[in-house]
Amino acid sequence: MAGPIKVPVVSQQALGGQVYHLVLAAPEVAAAAVPGQFLHLRVGEGHDPLLRRPLSICEADREEGTVALLYQVRGRGTAWLAGRRAGERLDVLGPLGRGFPAPPRDGPCFLVGGGLGVAPLLFLATALHRGGIPVVFLAGAESAAGLYRLSTLTARGIAPAVATVDGSAGYRGPVTELLARYLRPQAAAALYACGPREMLREVARLGARAETPTFVSLEEVMACGTGLCRGCAVPVRGGRTRYERVCAEGPVFPAERVAWDAL
Amino acid sequence: MRSDLTTALGPLTLANPVVLASGTCGFGLELVPYLDLKRLGALTVKSLTLEPWPGNPPPRLAETPAGLLNAIGLENPGVSYFLEEIWPVLRRQGVPVIASVAGRTPQEYAAVAERLGEAEGLAALEVNISCPNVREGGALFGSRPETAAAVVAAVRRRTRLPLLVKLAPMVTDLAAVARAAVEAGADALSLVNTLPGMAIDLTRRRPYLGNVVGGLSGPAIKPVALRLVWEVAGALPGVPLLGMGGISSAADALEFILAGARAVGIGTATLINPGAALAVLEGLEDYCRQNGITRLAELVGAARGGA
Repeated sequence: MAGPIKVPVVSQQALGGQVYHLVLAAPEVAAAAVPGQFLHLRVGEGHDPLLRRPLSICEADREEGTVALLYQVRGRGTAWLAGRRAGERLDVLGPLGRGFPAPPRDGPCFLVGGGLGVAPLLFLATALHRGGIPVVFLAGAESAAGLYRLSTLTARGIAPAVATVDGSAGYRGPVTELLARYLRPQAAAALYACGPREMLREVARLGARAETPTFVSLEEVMACGTGLCRGCAVPVRGGRTRYERVCAEGPVFPAERVAWDAL
Repeated sequence: MRSDLTTALGPLTLANPVVLASGTCGFGLELVPYLDLKRLGALTVKSLTLEPWPGNPPPRLAETPAGLLNAIGLENPGVSYFLEEIWPVLRRQGVPVIASVAGRTPQEYAAVAERLGEAEGLAALEVNISCPNVREGGALFGSRPETAAAVVAAVRRRTRLPLLVKLAPMVTDLAAVARAAVEAGADALSLVNTLPGMAIDLTRRRPYLGNVVGGLSGPAIKPVALRLVWEVAGALPGVPLLGMGGISSAADALEFILAGARAVGIGTATLINPGAALAVLEGLEDYCRQNGITRLAELVGAARGGA
């Protein structure tokens, strides 16, 4: 049965800004994972902190049998995680959730990541690129220091376009302004995004305007990660009030499915 | 030698005392990839209402020290959907299923209970008069003996299934509510549901949960739940109790059994480890083997020392 497993830490690298890149040796996870899925990690030995932490898979190397995660220390749980060193074992459940669907038509795919939202898109970009699908990767952050792991794209021949709010790297302004410039009506096969909610809201609007199939990865406070508790609910469209689970129906949702006005 | 773990909650006999608690195991099917449901004593599905309920606006969860606040709001697809879409699959899993029943009025509870009579093979009903996260019904009924009795009596008239009643912990005199539920027709009592609680977000300076208040579960509430099981077991000797509240290990389960519970509910622990209930069961088996206990039922209430 596919329960939680204990997997060793291969490496843990601080990237600045309390952001860490964590590599785990988990061949079964690397083999099963699809872009957009997440791992659910215990972040302590006892009852406190109690819950697992969901983290997007940002790389999966089937040959090496490793998966990588990108996360920021935000509380006690992630602080504990940041203290783990190579060789220590972590309790992980996953891969969980539904990932990004394949592009529904031919053409280049647009990927828009805000801040740490680039994590699942790095994995997606690699997979699309390997499948011969052209990738336009847009990464946004407050400043140049908030752009993480883009080197993995350039190493594969994908040149990311960058936007920073303070102008310290690339275009000065929100990444959605960059998207508005690049995204032509019906030109893209699909638009994939992950990042802050306000960014996703704007991406959904721009995607609809350009008549482009748009998929967003959402975040919500989560407990089980396996669809049991219905805690990680997000409002979806369809007449009366209705919710779906980020962990089970998501984390990736078609943008038109999300009830943005209720989110 | 294998120890005998069988237990009985009134007319409901279970192969072992480990039961998945309502609201933390979905409709059971979500757990199929993670554990062999057949090994469990029973599972209790999420509370069902007459019509689909959408549940509360997010955020619905907040982590607290060794605990979890939730305000799901009894989101469920309604009893008709359960009967048509879920039960035909769930009944084939080979595990006794307890259906949790909720509503806004005693009549709604009774109507759901009656509909559940269509679910051939269902093991029992659990009347949820203790959800702290809904404006109508829920814990309001469980807070007073008269209202508890009204709901239980209404349900009892419409079902022949074994009837459990799930009690709310924050009650002035829980034994009185428990007694009223039994006199109105309950075969057994489940206790306890979550404790009302809240958290405030310092960034927004607003209540953290979309519903403002929620129900606290997890290891943080175990001592409170244990004491309530002890109290009700003492006040109502002979009434079968399904004890729950923060149980995450066989040691926790044994404490509830020694306090007087004939079965134990595993709730929040399943949200952290989907196989938690089986670990508890295996721990109970080990404990019996190591301590030469042939029948686990001998330990029920043993901490009372005959008092």
